[in-house]
Amino acid sequence: MWTGFKRIVRAGFIGFWRNAYVSLASIFVMTIALFVIGATMMVDQLLTVSLQQLQEKVDINLYFVTSAQEEDIDALRTSLEALPNVLAVTYTTREQALEEFRAQYQNDEIMMQSLEELDDNPLRAKLAIQAVETDQYENIAQYIDEQIVQQSPQNPVIDNYNYLEKKESIDTLSSIIGVVEQASFTVMIVLVVAAVLITLNTIRLAIYTAREEISVMRLVGAGNTFIRGPFVLQGIMYGLVSGILALLIMYPILLWIGPGTEEFFQFNIFDYFVANFGYIFLVLVGIGVVLGIISSLFAIARYLRV
Amino acid sequence: MIYFDNVSKLYNDGRSAALEEITFQIAPKEFVSVVGHSGAGKTTLLKMIIAEDAPSHGQVFFESLDIHKIPRSRLPQYRRKIGTVFQDFKLLSNKTAFENIAFAMEANGRGDEEIQENVPQALALVDLEDKAWNFPGELSGGEKQRVAIARAIVNQPDIIIADEPTGNLDPIATYEVVQILKKINDLGTTVVMTTHNKGVIDELGRRVITMDEGRIVRDDESGRYVL
Repeated sequence: MWTGFKRIVRAGFIGFWRNAYVSLASIFVMTIALFVIGATMMVDQLLTVSLQQLQEKVDINLYFVTSAQEEDIDALRTSLEALPNVLAVTYTTREQALEEFRAQYQNDEIMMQSLEELDDNPLRAKLAIQAVETDQYENIAQYIDEQIVQQSPQNPVIDNYNYLEKKESIDTLSSIIGVVEQASFTVMIVLVVAAVLITLNTIRLAIYTAREEISVMRLVGAGNTFIRGPFVLQGIMYGLVSGILALLIMYPILLWIGPGTEEFFQFNIFDYFVANFGYIFLVLVGIGVVLGIISSLFAIARYLRV
Repeated sequence: MIYFDNVSKLYNDGRSAALEEITFQIAPKEFVSVVGHSGAGKTTLLKMIIAEDAPSHGQVFFESLDIHKIPRSRLPQYRRKIGTVFQDFKLLSNKTAFENIAFAMEANGRGDEEIQENVPQALALVDLEDKAWNFPGELSGGEKQRVAIARAIVNQPDIIIADEPTGNLDPIATYEVVQILKKINDLGTTVVMTTHNKGVIDELGRRVITMDEGRIVRDDESGRYVL
């Protein structure tokens, strides 16, 4: 048993080195395939992050009348926060709103002057409400509508909210998110299938060159495991080497475009690569090894049929 | 030892036959030559014995074992009982003579010590001890065939199947190869050989089966080459 294993391992290594050109071709093709898969992973990550950021920017702004009492505001805020669809509620007081306004228009003389003309702070307190999922804003808006209907006309708390203005952009964004996720998934599947087919063909070629050896093996009564073993091992080695090569190619590229993604998406893809290196390594090398094993088994099956 | 029971092999949906109603047997320690024109069915006959080809009708037995009922997973074990020699040698060109022979033992899962002991013995039997570390490209045709014979016998098979072993060899090499096969037979191994060579048959003076168009037309105990 042990002798057999030792011989298979040795034959695998010898086959790897003796057929250097074929090994090189297989590794080259597999590296490209794995690099494409890795690149798709990175693009997918960038898309996910930027979509998350877009989603965070979407919210409902609820404005209170200027005379609204603090305890009424607190009550509404608490009831909103209790809703399961609501992710976060941010409260901006009238004073904070004024400060923000001043900061925004500090270089605008006319705005500042007209603000000075008023005796009272004209700005309203507001709640910024974020939903867990974009399609849940409809329910939150409904809830706010109910609150507006319930409040007494003499002593209102809520002035208005701007859901309807944002509704269109929210809907568009929801559908874009869906389409982008589907598209990137489809692209990934197509690329993986292409990679599998190309690798399969290359390894078939590698095994074709060894068909004479396989026929002699069968002739002298070698068992199927003994014949398959070295080729499967070569497949594993192709996968390992290709996975590591693909990572080595990705490293400088991501290092180069990292600052660019930082600027554009507020997300440094290189930092993500480094932080999740173990996971990415396992995925790429794992896919490579599995691909190598499957390709070898498929390719050699036809020579073991008789 | 080997029994053919009414074996036929048909091609093209039964319109042409490679073998037709073949019935004969081979006893242990026999040396059987099968002769006939090209296409007479000699090679098909041998392929039946090593389970490379299956009959359309009839059965082939190795002792009490129906060869074509052996499950595929057990075929390698069965083939280890048979040594095979071919016209084109089928040696691995990137291995030395020693390694080619050792390879057959490795494939059978033999231990390293056994290999170190048995391979030189096999080489001695075919008189090639001094060429152990030469590659096939550095050997003559006769020497290559002797390496192939050494590989066939190194696992001590019950029977040697030789398909035109002298087909590519000059008369002297042919003589040497036949002498080695005879020696192996004298040591107790059954030999089945196909050949075209009249001189080989007449010199051997052993059993000759003559085939023509898929049928056995003669079966002589100490035959001569008659076509």
